[in-house]
Amino acid sequence: MHVENLTLAYGADAPVVSGLTLEIPAGRLTAIVGPNGSGKSTLLRGMSRLLPPQSGQVLLDGDDIHKLPARELARRLGVLPQGPVTPEGITAAELVSRGRHPHRGLFGRLTSEDDAAIEQALAAVELTELRDRPVDQLSGGQRQRVWIAMVLAQGTAHLLLDEPTTYLDLAHAVDVMNVVHAAAHTSGRTVVVVLHDLTLAAQYADHLVVMGAGAIAAQGRPADVLTAERLDEVFGLKATVVEVDGAPVVVPDRRLAG
Amino acid sequence: MKSRTVVLSLLFAVLAIAVALLSLSIGTSKVPVADVIDVLLGGGRRGQRLIVLDLRLPRVATGLLVGIAFAVSGALLQTLSRNALASPDIVGVNSGASAGAVAVIVLAGSGGGNISGFAGQVGIPLAAVVGGLLATLTVGILSIQRGQVDGGRIVLIGVGVAAAANSLVAWMLVIGDVNDAGRAAAWLAGSLNSREWSDALPVLIALAVLLPVAIMFNRDLSAMVLGDDVASSLGVRVARIRLLLLIVATVLAAMATAGAGPIAFVALVAPQVALRLTRMERPPLVTSALLGALFVVLADLIARNGLGWLHFGPYELPVGVITAAAGAPYLLHLIGRQQKGR
Repeated sequence: MHVENLTLAYGADAPVVSGLTLEIPAGRLTAIVGPNGSGKSTLLRGMSRLLPPQSGQVLLDGDDIHKLPARELARRLGVLPQGPVTPEGITAAELVSRGRHPHRGLFGRLTSEDDAAIEQALAAVELTELRDRPVDQLSGGQRQRVWIAMVLAQGTAHLLLDEPTTYLDLAHAVDVMNVVHAAAHTSGRTVVVVLHDLTLAAQYADHLVVMGAGAIAAQGRPADVLTAERLDEVFGLKATVVEVDGAPVVVPDRRLAG
Repeated sequence: MKSRTVVLSLLFAVLAIAVALLSLSIGTSKVPVADVIDVLLGGGRRGQRLIVLDLRLPRVATGLLVGIAFAVSGALLQTLSRNALASPDIVGVNSGASAGAVAVIVLAGSGGGNISGFAGQVGIPLAAVVGGLLATLTVGILSIQRGQVDGGRIVLIGVGVAAAANSLVAWMLVIGDVNDAGRAAAWLAGSLNSREWSDALPVLIALAVLLPVAIMFNRDLSAMVLGDDVASSLGVRVARIRLLLLIVATVLAAMATAGAGPIAFVALVAPQVALRLTRMERPPLVTSALLGALFVVLADLIARNGLGWLHFGPYELPVGVITAAAGAPYLLHLIGRQQKGR
């Protein structure tokens, strides 16, 4: 996936992202981090056609995503946006089956291929046992995994996830990130995930993109990118970065009163 | 479709047909159900054929058709707005259509309370559709906020638009000829009284054209209930399909209103009851349609004969009175549920 000179804005407002160029490594997990308002979620929306660009283009294996037919794009690029609506009473399996939408005909029933993709997706997020449970009765972490299974069932080679760990406690966030990591490393998908938590991003990402004020501040291996100087410069955060298991861990400096 | 949905749909279809047969049979002159079936199959005596085919069948057929049209319209609007209260009878579509139709009845009326010729055949349905679309457009434009449409806003603004349209209707009734106004007032209660084939036909045509469109986009609706962003990334052209289905829902409700008056609560109640019974995550179109048909013919059977059964004499009520009596408590129940959900 390649982003070329992309400028994104909401309506007539000033651009949130301007002239951004980015190469996403294939078959790897890329994490985008940045302070609030740095444009990381906007960039993901621009990469997924949820937000039409003012200028520039997004190429998917060489094809401009804005020139592909909607259904074809949906068979190649899966997106989990922020704040999806969980309809009251829908079961996990039923929700996951919606991911097959771009593969289905007008009236056709689910094919054995569809069923296999749904089962595989439920197994990947370890929710096969809860398949017939209404999603609104699941825990926050399980619910988020059902949504990820929905995009996995879509069977796309590329996956964009917008803050899938928000509102989750650390244990559930780790569950979700394990699933996301496997999507890249076990199934060979190209995965881009926007994250809030720097340490979580650094632990799982192969490629880390740090955004600041609508542009890329740094990118590369997490250990190279996430330094104390950069955190100060981009986030305005005084912190110590220690390394655990080859990946950087951010420990914020305390500023205690008195 | 899940087997539960199929079973319920079949059940409602059978019940609707049974009540329709009963409705063809019961009345001031009773025709046994066996004879009704005989007449429908082309047999029967001349007197019976007159009563069943010419007097009662147009009314029952209109009832079935407007029940389907109102229910599908309600199911579509409730799904598109993700709000149970956003049915055409609540958010002003029926009121807009009524204002259009009353304008034709009162302004183009002969003063004798009857409209004949072109104005009656084409004018009322057309004016109803224009009025309904204007109401939908107004509600749509006013409820968009920063490009997003919020279900709660739709209901509040819709209630306002309905009130505006209703006051327009009241004004026309005041300025109109007393006979025209009288006819309009009876029609406004939602009545199947003395329906003719010319009342059923526009609804039938609207259903024949629009129902397949709605069913064609049924699966896209399944994606759209997951939110606009999710639906778009599943390849659904959300804005285009929403606009198309809004028009479909509006025209269905407007044509049904033109055919039988703004029969209250069918569009609200039928999809919601079908939703609860099928345990789906959105009102099922076909099941709602069949339940809507059943609701209207049953209500009309009661409206036509209820006072007689209670020995109040041979008076008929407008069908809308019965649907309102059944639907209003359900509306209160739904509002209570939404308040609790907040």
